[in-house]
Amino acid sequence: MIIVEDLRKRYDGVQALDGVSFEVREGEVFGLLGPNGAGKSTTVRVLVTLTYADEGSASVAGHDVRREQNAVRRTIGYVPQDSGVDQFGTGRENLMLQGRVQGMHGRDLRTRADELLELVGIADAADRIVKNYSGGMRRRLDIALGLMHRPRVLFLDEPTTGLDPEARVAMWDEVSRLARAESLTILLTTHYLEEADQLTDRLAIVSRGKVVVEGTSADLKAGLRGDAVQVEIESGAVADAQRVLAGVGATPEQVLDDRIVVSRVENGGRALPGIISALEGAGIDVASVSVSRPSLDDVYLHFTGRDFGTEDRAA
Amino acid sequence: MTVARHTWFMTVRQARNLMREPIWIVLLLVQPMVWLVLYGQLFRNVTRLGGFGTGSYITFLAPAIVVMNAFFGATWSGMAMINDLDHKVVERFLATPASRISIVLSQIVRSAFTAAIQAVVILLVSLALGVRVHTGALGWLVIIVAGILVNSAFAGISQAIALLTRREATMIAVANFIGLPLLFLSTTMIARPQMPGWMQTAARFNPVDWGVRAAREVVLPGTDWGSVAGHLGLLLALSALTAAWATRTFRAYQRSL
Repeated sequence: MIIVEDLRKRYDGVQALDGVSFEVREGEVFGLLGPNGAGKSTTVRVLVTLTYADEGSASVAGHDVRREQNAVRRTIGYVPQDSGVDQFGTGRENLMLQGRVQGMHGRDLRTRADELLELVGIADAADRIVKNYSGGMRRRLDIALGLMHRPRVLFLDEPTTGLDPEARVAMWDEVSRLARAESLTILLTTHYLEEADQLTDRLAIVSRGKVVVEGTSADLKAGLRGDAVQVEIESGAVADAQRVLAGVGATPEQVLDDRIVVSRVENGGRALPGIISALEGAGIDVASVSVSRPSLDDVYLHFTGRDFGTEDRAA
Repeated sequence: MTVARHTWFMTVRQARNLMREPIWIVLLLVQPMVWLVLYGQLFRNVTRLGGFGTGSYITFLAPAIVVMNAFFGATWSGMAMINDLDHKVVERFLATPASRISIVLSQIVRSAFTAAIQAVVILLVSLALGVRVHTGALGWLVIIVAGILVNSAFAGISQAIALLTRREATMIAVANFIGLPLLFLSTTMIARPQMPGWMQTAARFNPVDWGVRAAREVVLPGTDWGSVAGHLGLLLALSALTAAWATRTFRAYQRSL
């Protein structure tokens, strides 16, 4: 449904896209996961015809995003990161105008607006000025605007940024429900690992303008083969610890902050006593140890060599 | 066809938002009323200098105030575009098949529409103050059209500046920079023979003066319809030119995305 091949784009001297490629199949919810500034939004903006890539090609539902712009625009719904609603109009007025510029009219236009207001749960506020909407209501209206002309593909750029945790979870349910109700193909971007994990059928991890890995969340995690064991020690002992860990079959993978060694073992719980005694036997002071089931955070760390949270905050 | 339809849809949106806060139309009318009522009274004897074509200064002044108000309104019209750009309303439309030209044109049409409403109010107040338009309904129409055309000519410029700079502070600076000079380099407040020679010459090239001359021509005795048509024609051509410039700058804005 969406085919992206080797997109490259420079913005003011920054290589925003450095060869992005991925494919989205019909009917799936696909996620682009990455920290702020990784190139997710730029990719979406190329796909929804807001901007051009310098190189590479992309198509949506068989239409080239560069050569068949209006065909693409009729096929897609786009829910941008920064809303884009006219806040001085009512929810219904916003929807009606969106439908009109998409070529809808008459009864179809009115009933579709009613239907969507109902579907996203803001029917009661339909005729109120958007300025007075809560953040969650506004986001629901954004999504309704994207769905107004019954698009086959919906682009959601950071759908839950700025929402409180409760509203975020509600929005996840909403998106899953809408995807089914409207038989949509959805491409969403997010910098929340949990969101990608919960919501997407497949995802691509994007870092510094490139897709580093693509697959289902479960596959990606399984691909790490085992649990992560994090051992916190004194910074001077890192090299020794790595040697000792390798000796007991816990392959060291990363070093964080110069004093936490992350290694991967088949079964973390079972290997732990052996790891601790081996380290202490070698005279290394262990400050703390933790075992975790593979998470998307680990997947990110594994493929980029960088910690997701740190990179996101740095951006 | 699509352009006309989409321009209509988008103008309706803006006009509706405007009507929701009619206080703005009222506030914008305070200034012309001050000119009309206070300034008109203060300088009522200025017609004794001669060359005004009437002994009633308010009659001389009223049609020009309509044009002046339309001109001032136009210099600010880019603010609404900046607001739409800032709130990404424009970007949302760009991801739809909405006509690109209509996004710009609707701003100009909305601006001219506001000027037309204000023109009617100013004319009604003038009527109450004793101003008579001897050419009747057609004269009223000419004055309103002069306001609309002066407004759209400068609204095009204002939109272009909004799209080029995308900053409110720049808009305010430009509005202040061109506002008073173009007002004083016109016959809005004074009869042509009373102006210094170089100012008379400068006024000939001032679109605000074109509007003032067309509007005043239908109020004062001895209306020269050729002059009315000529000045309105000039304004129409200028409006088309500035609208074309605004749509060109819109393409530049799109490229910057």
